[in-house]
Parts: sequence; structure tokens; C-alpha cells
Amino acid sequence: MSLAEPAALPVAAIASSRPPVVRRLSAAVKASLPAYLLLLPSLIFLAAFTYGAVGRVIVDALYQRATPRAPSRFVGLDNVAAVLADPAFTGAVVNNLIYAVGTVVPSMALAFLFALALSRTNAVTSALRAALFLPVLIPMVAASALFLFIFLPNVGLLDHYIGRLLPVLPNWLGDPDIALVAIMVITIWKNAGYYMLFFLAGLQAVPEDAMEASYLDGAGPWQRLRYIILPELRPTFLFVTVIAGLNAVTQVDHVFVMTKGGPSNATNLVLFYIYQQAVEHYDVGKASAATLLSLGVLMGLTALSFRTLANREGGS
Amino acid sequence: MKLFKQLFKQLFKDAPLATRNEITPKLGFALVVLLALVWLIPFLWMVVATLRPASDGINAMAELMPSMKPTLDNIRDAWDIGDFPRYFLNTTIICTGILLVQLVTVTLAGFAFARLAFAGKTLIFYLFLLQLMLVPVLLIVPNLTLVAKLGLYDTLTGVMMPFFASAFGTFLMRQAFEAIPTELEDAALIDGAGVFARIRHIYVPLSLPSFSAFAIVSVTSHWNDFLWPLMVINSPDKRPLTVGLSVFTTTAEGTQAWGTIAAGTLIVIAPLLVTFLIFQKRFISSFVTSGIK
Repeated sequence: MSLAEPAALPVAAIASSRPPVVRRLSAAVKASLPAYLLLLPSLIFLAAFTYGAVGRVIVDALYQRATPRAPSRFVGLDNVAAVLADPAFTGAVVNNLIYAVGTVVPSMALAFLFALALSRTNAVTSALRAALFLPVLIPMVAASALFLFIFLPNVGLLDHYIGRLLPVLPNWLGDPDIALVAIMVITIWKNAGYYMLFFLAGLQAVPEDAMEASYLDGAGPWQRLRYIILPELRPTFLFVTVIAGLNAVTQVDHVFVMTKGGPSNATNLVLFYIYQQAVEHYDVGKASAATLLSLGVLMGLTALSFRTLANREGGS
Repeated sequence: MKLFKQLFKQLFKDAPLATRNEITPKLGFALVVLLALVWLIPFLWMVVATLRPASDGINAMAELMPSMKPTLDNIRDAWDIGDFPRYFLNTTIICTGILLVQLVTVTLAGFAFARLAFAGKTLIFYLFLLQLMLVPVLLIVPNLTLVAKLGLYDTLTGVMMPFFASAFGTFLMRQAFEAIPTELEDAALIDGAGVFARIRHIYVPLSLPSFSAFAIVSVTSHWNDFLWPLMVINSPDKRPLTVGLSVFTTTAEGTQAWGTIAAGTLIVIAPLLVTFLIFQKRFISSFVTSGIK
């Protein structure tokens, strides 16, 4: 082109009054247009329900909602302060921390044990895997309906078979000291089979030569577990920890069905608190402030999960 | 004892070296078998209680031994009390609607990320990544406000809409599309095929396993959604299964009709469990692929 019409260049440059940078940019945009059009449908929904939602949470957290008597008004960080000063919120945070540790650690330990025992694929292990995986598939609401009866005082499954051995029959869901543990049991039952899958996948990837070398060196099974398998599965452990951590903050359906946060807020978790503020107390400002605080924590957690993922991909 | 040793040997013959023969039995294969049985107890109770006649009395309710005179009365009662066909229909509409729109948005965006060069690609990619960090379930309050503003409160569309775009699905499809050799597309280009023709005739047919993995994970998770539909839906006839079941449970709990609750739960979870038992392998591998839902 430049050989055929060398004189055309300066003319075109004069004709277009825009500076060259803008022209190059608009050319780039034009070349990118097909891609933008393909991304547009996704971006519209992401903008409305994710990025926009975060924006609205921030704004809502800064305002006090309008009442029939007063218009909405800017209150700065008052909502955040109110939430932090609310014993129900701090209680929910503490409950959620206990609940997170109390569900993540046992469910992962069990999942790892399941994976070790069921790493070979045959009819027996497939059936056992399916049995352990079934709770993952059913809605938390359905699991809660079943466990409502299991924990039922006096006549329930637990009291019928085990409770009779105890000196006093505990009221599993009615006693503030026990109710949170009862909620944890459901979560462990529901999630262990899910985490098992990741450990199964991880075990398949343990390098054979390291294992063979350990046989030659005369290492025992515990030594192999300690020095080869656990270090190899480190990324899997990290990854599952993050997923389990996220689950501990986002799964609250059982609280709705079984305890409504009670007795006396003993099973109130952060997401249930947000729901209560927004739907039961119509306090969008406080609900948004609580959402904002939890989003901050969760974003940190998820960022960690991406780093773990990146490491895992880089390693294999 | 010798028999057990033989059994273990058989069970772990083809295990990956990491767990073959010694570590697992010592950690207690028997313990895991026992735990798997414990894991099944709630399901077992559900089936036994569903078939137990009310005449057995409340004290027999917790027996795991099936009744000698099984009855279908509980299923009939549950069916009469809860509007299960309607709940099924609503949940099916929600899951299908979400999936159909997702398949379109996810395919288009996945293709753009996998095969097109464009200005701001990295930036937009990170924008998508950000969605995975902003856990959707926490954004229920602002999203309810938006759905109400759009006039979609108490509609199934309102329940579906926040999930129409899926960053996770986009990444999954991007990965699948990147694995397809460019030579195939070059041939189509020479034949003058446009973007949509190439997506339709090359990328989609060659990525079916990824699509089905995504479909399984998407349908399972929205089938089980509770909190969001609970907030959006007000009319009883628009309730999905999960919300319907929770209302049903609350109603029946007051009357101590545990056989009916068991039956209702069985009705709700049976379809997904049966599907799982038929397509077990597909389900499990889909869940592994989908580390992040």
C-alpha cells in the first residue's frame, strides 16, 4: 500500500483532524468489536448483578433508608458502626468462626480418609464413594428435614439409639450449647463426600517414581504418608480449605429450616443475620454494612484460592 | 483373618501406588465402610419412615427396621398437602431457563477469550475473575432491590436472572475451546464460515463433554438453591422445590407427621438421586472439573 500510493498518507493525516493516538485507539476498538459483541451478553448481567450490586451495597451502607416520615439520608459509616456494635452481629461472627473451624477441619479429615481408602476403582469402592457422595446432591433443605427428626428430643433417631445410653437426654437443637454442634454435624455429613473427590483426584497424581523409591528405601506406610503423599497433596489441601471455608459462610439453609438462628442466637450465622436485617427488620443499611464486611473477608479468601489454583496448575 | 487379607489384596490391586496395599488398610478400610453405612442412615430412615403406617405410633418412628405392613399412605398425604408437581415444574423452569441462557452467554464469551485478540483483554478477563470472588449468595440484598426495580419481584425470571452470566462457565468453555486445534477453524475460514458458523459447527460439537459437565454442575446447584428464591418468590404457586419443601416441613412438623415429612423429602430428592445413580461417573467427574462452582 505504501509503495502504491506514497502521497496519500499525509493527505489522510490532514483529512483526519484527530491526533494519531486516538486514531490508533479507535482502530483497535474497531478490530476488537466482534469480541466485545460476544462478551456483551455476559458483561450486561455481570454488571447488573455483580459489579453494580457491590456498588449498591456500598451506597446502601452509607445511607439510612427512607421512612414514611423522613427521606433517606447520608449517614457515613454509622451503619458499619451500628453493625459492629450489635451483639447479634458479633455473636454471629463468633458463631460463624466456630462453625467454620468445626466443619472445615473434620470434613476435610474425613474426606482425606475416605479418599485414601477408596482410591482404587472397583465395584465395592464405587458403591462406597456413591454412598458418601449422595448428601452432596440433595438440597440442604432436604438434609435439614431429615436431621430435624434425627435430633428430635425423646423420639428422634439419635435419642432412640444413642441418647438412651446417656444419663440425661439432651435437647439437641434446643440447647444453646449443643445446637451449633448439631448444625455442624449436618454440614460435615453434607460436604465430606464433595471434598473427597478432590483428594481422590490428588492421589491419582502422586508420582509413581517417588513411591517406588520409598519402597526400595524400606520406608513404612506412615513415613510414605508423611514424606511423600502429604507434601504432594499440599495444594489440594489448600484448595479444599478455601472451598470449605467459603461454604462455611455461604451455606445457611439449615439454619433457616432447623433453628432460625436460635435458641437465643446460638446458631445465628453471618449470612442469616444479613437476611434478618434486610427481610425481617427492613434495615437495608445495616444489612448492606454487614454484607460489605463479609465481602471483604471472602474476597481475601477467594484471592487465596486463585493463587493456590495458579500454583497447582503451574506445578503439574 | 486370611480371608480379609485376601480381600484387601483384591480391592487394592489396581490402586495408584500412593495407596496400594498397605497405607489404606492400616488407616482402616473397615472404618470407612462403617462410616459409609452411617452416611446412609438418614436416607435409610427416610425410606423406612415413608413406608411406615401411622398406626405404628410415634415411638416406632425412629426404628430403622422396616415395618412389616408397609403403606403408601404417607406418600399420598404428602402429595395432597404439598403442591409437588407445581414445585417440580417451577424448579425445572428455573434450572432450564438459567442453563439455556448460560449456554449462550458462556459459549460466546468463552470463544472471545479463547480465540480472539482484542483491546483490554486482560482487564476484561480480570473483571470476569472478580465475579468468582464476589460470592453471589452474599449479594442477595442489592440484587433483590434490582430485581424489584425491574418489576421482576415474585417472578421466576427474577429468580433466574442473576445467574444468566457465569464466569465459571466462561472459563470452563475458554479452556475447552483453546484445546481445539486451530487448523480446523482455518479450514472453515477458507470456506468462508462466519464467527457463528464456526462456533456452531466446530467449537460446540467438539466441546460437548465440557458443556455437559457445566450443565450438570449448573443444574445441580440451582436445583438446590434456597435462600435466593425464598427472597424473590412470594406467591405459593411460584415456589421451587426447596422453598416448597421447607414450608411443607414447617407445616407437618407442627402436627408431628414425621412419616409425611419423610415422604415429602423422598419425593423432592428422588429424581436427582435416580439421575445420579444412572450417570454416576459423569456426575463425579463434572464435580471434579468444577472445583469452583
